[in-house]
Amino acid sequence: MIDHALIFAFACVSVAIALNLYRLLAGPTRSDRILALDTMIINAIAIIILFGIWERTTLYFEAALMLAMVGFVGTVAYCKFILRGDIVE
Amino acid sequence: MGLAIEILVTFLLVLGGGFAFVGSLGLARLPSLMTRLHGPTKATTLGVGSCLIASALYLSAAGAYTLHEFLITLFLFITAPVAANMIAKAHLHAQGWNLDPNPADNIPQGLPPTGGPTGWATFWDPPEAPAPASED
Repeated sequence: MIDHALIFAFACVSVAIALNLYRLLAGPTRSDRILALDTMIINAIAIIILFGIWERTTLYFEAALMLAMVGFVGTVAYCKFILRGDIVE
Repeated sequence: MGLAIEILVTFLLVLGGGFAFVGSLGLARLPSLMTRLHGPTKATTLGVGSCLIASALYLSAAGAYTLHEFLITLFLFITAPVAANMIAKAHLHAQGWNLDPNPADNIPQGLPPTGGPTGWATFWDPPEAPAPASED
């Protein structure tokens, strides 16, 4: 039962990443692209966690945590660059 | 592993996958950025949170006791509104300077003047108020 739910969740998140990729390429504004990248990173965290359930291991937890932190910092840095023309003032 | 845990994990996985998909569908299909912000910041965060709680429950029930996933859940739930606020500020700033006009918001030529002494975002100092008595 869990295996079928896992396959369903994998399919949903994969289609979600494809939709994010469409928004990343289509734009039209820079803020749209930043939002698409942020969402894509969150969906990548979901994929990593689902793969951890699939393999029945906690090995991939650190990768997901690092991706969450780096994704947030990257989003804020992009927005800061648009807002001020500089990241660290 | 008990049947109850299995049903709960299955429910959380289906819920998480569905919400992640709905959030990204909103990102792809809604008309303008201020509406597109709703999908990823709410639906996708809830979906990923469900997947993480399912992982914690499943791995704990399988013998490898782990609560690490709640750390990522907490971190995501804290940072998602902050990131959305920053993106909205960047968008407002770009529209106030007539960069990135967005016809879907009925703003083809940038935002109108605010009517006050300052502009829309971030490049202006706050208005020169008369100095209050508490400020020395």
